[in-house]
Amino acid sequence: MTTPQKHRNPTPFAQGDSAASATRITPGNALRPEDIALAAAEGTAHPAPEVAEYALRLGDDALVLAQRLGQWISRGPELEEDVALGNIGLDQLGHARSFLSYAGAAWGKTEDDLAYFRRESEFRSAHLFEQPNGDFAATMARQFIAASWQYPLYRELSSSSDPMLAAIAAKAVKEVDYHLDHSTQWLLRLAGGTDESRRRMAAGLDLMWPFVGELFEDDPLTAQLGDAAVVPSSLKAEFDRTTGAVLAEAGLAVPAHPMATGGGRRGRHSEHLGYLLAEMQVLAREFPGASW
Amino acid sequence: MPELMGDDAGQAYFDAVIARDSRVEPTDWMPPEYRHALIRQMSQHAHSEIIGMQPEANWITRAPSLKRKAILMAKVQDEAGHGLYLYSATETLGITRDAMMAQLLAGKARYSSIFNYPAVTWADMGAIGWMVDGAAITNQVPLCRASYGPYARAMVRICKEESFHQRQGFEILLELSHGTPAQKAMAQDAVNRWYGPSLMMFGPPDADSPNSSQSMAWNIKRFGNDELRSRFVGMLVEQARVLELELPDPDVRLNPETGKWEHGPLDWAEFKDVLAGRGPCNAQRMERRRAAHDGGAWVREAAAAYAAKQAARAGKEAA
Repeated sequence: MTTPQKHRNPTPFAQGDSAASATRITPGNALRPEDIALAAAEGTAHPAPEVAEYALRLGDDALVLAQRLGQWISRGPELEEDVALGNIGLDQLGHARSFLSYAGAAWGKTEDDLAYFRRESEFRSAHLFEQPNGDFAATMARQFIAASWQYPLYRELSSSSDPMLAAIAAKAVKEVDYHLDHSTQWLLRLAGGTDESRRRMAAGLDLMWPFVGELFEDDPLTAQLGDAAVVPSSLKAEFDRTTGAVLAEAGLAVPAHPMATGGGRRGRHSEHLGYLLAEMQVLAREFPGASW
Repeated sequence: MPELMGDDAGQAYFDAVIARDSRVEPTDWMPPEYRHALIRQMSQHAHSEIIGMQPEANWITRAPSLKRKAILMAKVQDEAGHGLYLYSATETLGITRDAMMAQLLAGKARYSSIFNYPAVTWADMGAIGWMVDGAAITNQVPLCRASYGPYARAMVRICKEESFHQRQGFEILLELSHGTPAQKAMAQDAVNRWYGPSLMMFGPPDADSPNSSQSMAWNIKRFGNDELRSRFVGMLVEQARVLELELPDPDVRLNPETGKWEHGPLDWAEFKDVLAGRGPCNAQRMERRRAAHDGGAWVREAAAAYAAKQAARAGKEAA
């Protein structure tokens, strides 16, 4: 889990001004979505179309997950978890904004154009992220799978031949490292707590596990991208190893469910996404062209 | 050391601390009434932060841009942090967070009445930041000099973050008031609805404020309700001009003789109604808090059971 991060090129984009935003979403001088939007507007960020498609997938995963986590705020089992889930949601939203700003540069669109004015079938999120929150155990199961996938993904992507993808991933991997720790600790706690929490944790994993398969499916786009992207299937062995070790420590079996067929990368989504998007997009669509 | 004093010596010591406008610390002797008044005020403040998350959480999933969504999430998260910080500061007076939460859920402790109004449009995110947080800051800046050390120190940090929040609220309204006519109308409507309730956040006029004078004698409260309200009105007047929005009060004026800002009559009957539980959202706010608390009980029990097992295991290994 603590594989050292490969730090490649310090990119020309990582020049954020930490004082620019009142509530400091991004501490330090890390790359901010605003920097990417600026680079896009100035024409210095111009992803190849297939890179943009790839960034759209990762951005949509993170955006949908952030939206789900945003639903938890003021409903957590402890105030500390309101803070933690809000923090993780904010991190995911930050990753989403970076990926979407970059993707949008290929088509002359902003992050908000992409988030608010695409139809459901134009989203590229995987089904895992679309799953409803359920109880706290189900959310932790989804977080555990998401982070166990995103951590090695971003770690490898930080060596991408595309400097912007590499820069976004290099920032994201540090945050996802914390998300993985948070969900791992809760998985162990719930599995080893009371009979009820153990039953709920196992049920949460059962609920979310069918959506693991889709995350590791290769397709023509990932094959075409070469060194710019991470081949999804190449991460599966590590995912199985790291999740297997945690589940073994928790005394839980790896759920044996058949994998769901997925389809999110082709715009075929779960029943849940439509509601999520309807809520997210309603105000922006009521005032098209308005600025906020 | 002062803790070990008898009541007479303790009272003398306490009186001297107050007289030289110094700080009382958790281990110091303090009159029981002072302790109770602080527990009441500080826990009410903490509860307000926690309940106050709800009207804004209502718009996180619908925020109209991703940047606004991020800022709003960060803000609501700050409020949870303020609640935690204030509960901890209150615990130094000898009450647990669990006990305070139980008082809130039992209806024995209050939270600020302002959160019993609904946040029905996006512009309410602006009005709450600009007016509600603005009123809170006006109230809280003097609390940075409150006589109880942990409270005063908590307020220093909280005020810094609140002033960010207020600026963000102002910025939301500024964007709306310079947007389309429909956006501007949305902003004006929100200002109209939040103006009266935010002015009433300072509490009843001094003449009807039962706890004020004792609180001022103890150097907890530094200024009367009416003085703070007047300062707040002055701030609103100037900033409303920049926003190009109207305050829904034709009687607002700077009294040239007193140099104080004055406002029109406020609906104190409504204030009392909301305080008595008859506001639009009283039941909803409490129900949400109760649902989160009760729904999370199994998680807290699991965490406690797990920690106990880990401790037992560590004990066995050490033996």
